Amino acid sequence: MKHGYQETRKIHTIIYHVFTVIFALVMLYPLIWMVLGSFKNSNEILRNAAKLLPDPWITTNYSTGWAGFAGYGFGTFFKNSFIIAGISTIGAVISSAIVGYGFARCRFALKGFWFGCMLVAMMLPFQMIMIPQYILFNKMGWVGSFLPIIVPQWFGQGFFIFLNVQFIKGIPSDLDEAATIDGCSIYGIFPRIILPLIKPSLVTSAIFSFMWRWDDFLAPLIYLNDPASYPVSYALKMFSDPTAGSDWGAMFAMATLSLIPIFIIFLAFQRYLVEGIASTGIKG
Amino acid sequence: MRSLVIRTRRYILANKKPQPGKTVIMRKQNKSFAQKLNTQGVAGYVFTSLFIIGFLAFMIIPMAMSFGFAFTRYNILSPPKFNGLDNFKQMFTNDPVFWQSFKATMYYVVFSVPMRLIMALLIALLLVRKSKASGLYRALFYLPSIVGSSVAIAILWKRMFASDGVINSLLQAIGINCEIAWLGRTDTAIWTLIILAVWQFGSSMLIFLSGLKQIPIALYEVADIEGAGPFQRFFKITLPMLTPTVFFNLINQLINGFMAFTQSYIITQGKPRNSTLFYTVYMYQNSFTYNKMGYGCAMAWFMILIVGTLTLILFKTQNKWVYYES
Repeated sequence: MKHGYQETRKIHTIIYHVFTVIFALVMLYPLIWMVLGSFKNSNEILRNAAKLLPDPWITTNYSTGWAGFAGYGFGTFFKNSFIIAGISTIGAVISSAIVGYGFARCRFALKGFWFGCMLVAMMLPFQMIMIPQYILFNKMGWVGSFLPIIVPQWFGQGFFIFLNVQFIKGIPSDLDEAATIDGCSIYGIFPRIILPLIKPSLVTSAIFSFMWRWDDFLAPLIYLNDPASYPVSYALKMFSDPTAGSDWGAMFAMATLSLIPIFIIFLAFQRYLVEGIASTGIKG
Repeated sequence: MRSLVIRTRRYILANKKPQPGKTVIMRKQNKSFAQKLNTQGVAGYVFTSLFIIGFLAFMIIPMAMSFGFAFTRYNILSPPKFNGLDNFKQMFTNDPVFWQSFKATMYYVVFSVPMRLIMALLIALLLVRKSKASGLYRALFYLPSIVGSSVAIAILWKRMFASDGVINSLLQAIGINCEIAWLGRTDTAIWTLIILAVWQFGSSMLIFLSGLKQIPIALYEVADIEGAGPFQRFFKITLPMLTPTVFFNLINQLINGFMAFTQSYIITQGKPRNSTLFYTVYMYQNSFTYNKMGYGCAMAWFMILIVGTLTLILFKTQNKWVYYES
């Protein structure tokens, strides 16, 4: 009797895993198809679309794709992406930690009001203010440079502020009090006590910020007009336009390359991503 | 926790710089500048000033400008000219493309948001079962949502749904003779975008997963004793206990849905016959292609009104269907 029960349980477990794996593969099929497609020649992508494995395997797509267009190679575009995403992320992480500490640990006049403003800023999508922001940055002569994309990130990002506030509130205030007794000022408590303890929320902010800036297409589309300054996302779009030819192999190769930083972050920081989303509901 | 306190104290003591003057007993009534600076009331503003400045400069001022421009004709080259409600009149009565873009966006939101949430919930229910591979499965199902909004995937999608693309080839391989030009027909083109949206169910799934884990086991034990079947367990326990998570996801995804841009801009470019022209894309075209900044601002305000009203309605109705414990 007991034996039979275990047997059925085992069968159930096997069915569960087989089903889940098959379903996961169906979900990932487009990605697998793209990555393998980057090793096929373009004719094969078009003619034998259902075939998954390249025959023969070629790597020339990567070299022809890397040459880019309009006289600029993908080396330039990757460099631009790293500059934009990197500097934006540094700014967003530092500023959001500072602002988050203020909201979490200080009682000050109109705090509730400003916190409400922060929530509004968090909910209000970029699309709704892109036109007046463009007009503003155009007047300041910033259009065509990275400044309109990077600078706003240095003034705290709603989601990351929120994340830090939640995290700092979880740190017992005994620590602050102990530090105060020992002669530490409010400004000293932040770098000496809080900052080392909120590493998880700093890492979470950093990876989300980097991924969003890396993927961002709309802001570069609006603000950048010289191919020399295009990030990878925008360059890929230009590269895929019919006027640039339709070398699908090269396009898939560059599309795959453009996702590699995201894949690396995903593999290295999966735990932070999952916890960040589960605890705050940040969109992924 | 106590050891943490002690460790931190040691840390502070070890790193403490000598502070001259600290030992002096302070009898003066009026505080020095440094002391004032060290009150929460002042420090709070010092720390949050970055946000406040940014909020005023990059949010409030642009919003105010946008509100003003909505009542003007403005091509950015010459100064804006006040034209009253002309932009709104044009939008509502004299611009069929505006309504087409509104309809396409609504259609996209109405189908993609519930389908994405249902998909997310189903996969979350599948993955809530504990096994050695849970972490791996979670990662695999989450992956599409992490890359899904990128230009790379948009380009991939365009190729997949081409008439000689992988979707048709796969359908043919399993015996369905299919030569649909998915992107060329008004009834199928928008569905390629909806499928892309549903494919990115990952982050909603993670939120559902953490919601599922918070449901007390005791409830299910009671249900077992009462002899409830799996469907009753789901509809009488799981779903009601999950409504706060559903509510949260719904609002988030609703806003995301209305703001979708890249997919429509790259995959379909609004074609065919504007059936996939998203509101944000049309707004972008008006402002940056036709240089009608005033008209673009008016469109933005109309969308803020729509999304704001929907969010408000959802909040107002939440006590009818969202179950909060205690």
